[in-house]
Amino acid sequence: MSARLTTLTAILISLAGLVAHPALSEAKAPTLDDAAGRYDIEGSSQINFKVGQVGGGGISGKFTKFTGTFQLDSSDIGKSIVEFALYPETVQTGEARIENFLRSTAVFDSANYPKIVFRSTKITRTGEDTAEIEGNLTAKGTTRTEHFDATLTKWNRRVIGFHIQGGVYRTRYNMSVGIPIYSNVVEFDMLVNGQKH
Amino acid sequence: MLRNGPDAFGWATILLHWAIALLIAGLLVLGYVMTRPDIDPVLQFDLFQWHKSFGFTALGLCIIRVLWWLANRHPAAVAGLSVRERRASFIVHILLLCLTLSVPVTGWALASTSTLDIPSFYFNLVVIPPLPLAKSAVAEALWTTAHAVLAYGLAGLVLLHAAAALHHHFIRRDAVLVRMLHNRWRDG
Repeated sequence: MSARLTTLTAILISLAGLVAHPALSEAKAPTLDDAAGRYDIEGSSQINFKVGQVGGGGISGKFTKFTGTFQLDSSDIGKSIVEFALYPETVQTGEARIENFLRSTAVFDSANYPKIVFRSTKITRTGEDTAEIEGNLTAKGTTRTEHFDATLTKWNRRVIGFHIQGGVYRTRYNMSVGIPIYSNVVEFDMLVNGQKH
Repeated sequence: MLRNGPDAFGWATILLHWAIALLIAGLLVLGYVMTRPDIDPVLQFDLFQWHKSFGFTALGLCIIRVLWWLANRHPAAVAGLSVRERRASFIVHILLLCLTLSVPVTGWALASTSTLDIPSFYFNLVVIPPLPLAKSAVAEALWTTAHAVLAYGLAGLVLLHAAAALHHHFIRRDAVLVRMLHNRWRDG
C-alpha cells in the first residue's frame, strides 16, 4: 500500500505544487525518492483487536511484541511489500485468565505456533490517502488471504505511519471456540509506524 | 390428574420432580467435570455454557415447582410414619426446595460478578442479563465458593432423599416412592 500511495501522492503533490496547492504539498511533501526505501515497524505501533460478544461489549486487547517492514519500491509499486509478524504470547486483555485462554490450544496455541505472520501480495489505492492491502495471513499453521484498509496518518522523511483496519474470520484459523457468544470476526485496529532505514 | 389429590401427587408435581432430579444430577456431573484443572480449554468453555443453560432451566423449573408446591394441597403422608419421621421429611423437603433455588441463583451471581464477563446466552437463543452485582475477583470467588458448597450440600441431601425413598420402597414396602412414579388417580 505504502509504495503505491507514496507514488501516487508524490505525483499528485508534484502536480498540485505546480498548479494550485502549495500548502498541501508542504504538509506531505516527500519526493518519490525520499519515500522509497525500507521502513522498520516501530515498537510505538499499536496492534489492537476486538472480538464482539452477544449483547454488546466484547474482548479488547493488544499484542505488545511484533516486527515488520515496509519495502517501498519507487520504480514498480507492485514490488512493494509489507511484512508483519506478531507474537500471540504477548496478548494483553486486562484479564489474565482470558490471556491464558487465548494462548492455549483453544485459540492461538502459542507454544506450538509462536508467530502470526502477514505478507502482502497486492496493494491497491482506494482514495486520496487510503489503500487496500491484500496478503497472506498465517496463523496456527493455516494460511489464508486477508484484506486490510490502510489510511496514511503520518509522513515525513524518516517516518511513515498508517492506520490499518480489517476483520479476520477466526474460524479460518481453527480458532472457532465461543461462537456464537463471541463473534467470528476479529476486528483489528492498528496504528503502524515505520522508521526509515 | 394434573393437580395433587388427597393422597397422591398430580402429574405436574411428578413431571417437575423428575425433570428437576435429572437436571440436578446432570448439572452436578457437568459442574464437576468442567472444573477439572487438566480439561481441554475448548471443551471446558463449551461445558460451562451448557452448565449455565441447563442451570437456568433448573432455576425456572424450580421456581414453578415451589409455586406449585405452595398453590397445591399436600397429599397426606403415607400411613405408618411417626411424627418425628414426618417432621424430618418436611424439613428435608423444605431444604431441598430452598437449595434447588439458591444453587442456581448463586451460579447466576458468580457468572454475573466474574471478571471474565462471559454473557449467559441461553442455549444460544437469548441473552440472560447478569444480576445487578459489581464485577470483582473477590465477589466472584465468594459466589463460586457459595455455589460449590450449596451444590455439594444439595447433592448430599439428594442422596439422603433418594436413600429414604428406597428405604420406604424396599424395606418398609410403602407407597412413598411409587406415588412419585405414577398418579393412580389418573382414571378417577
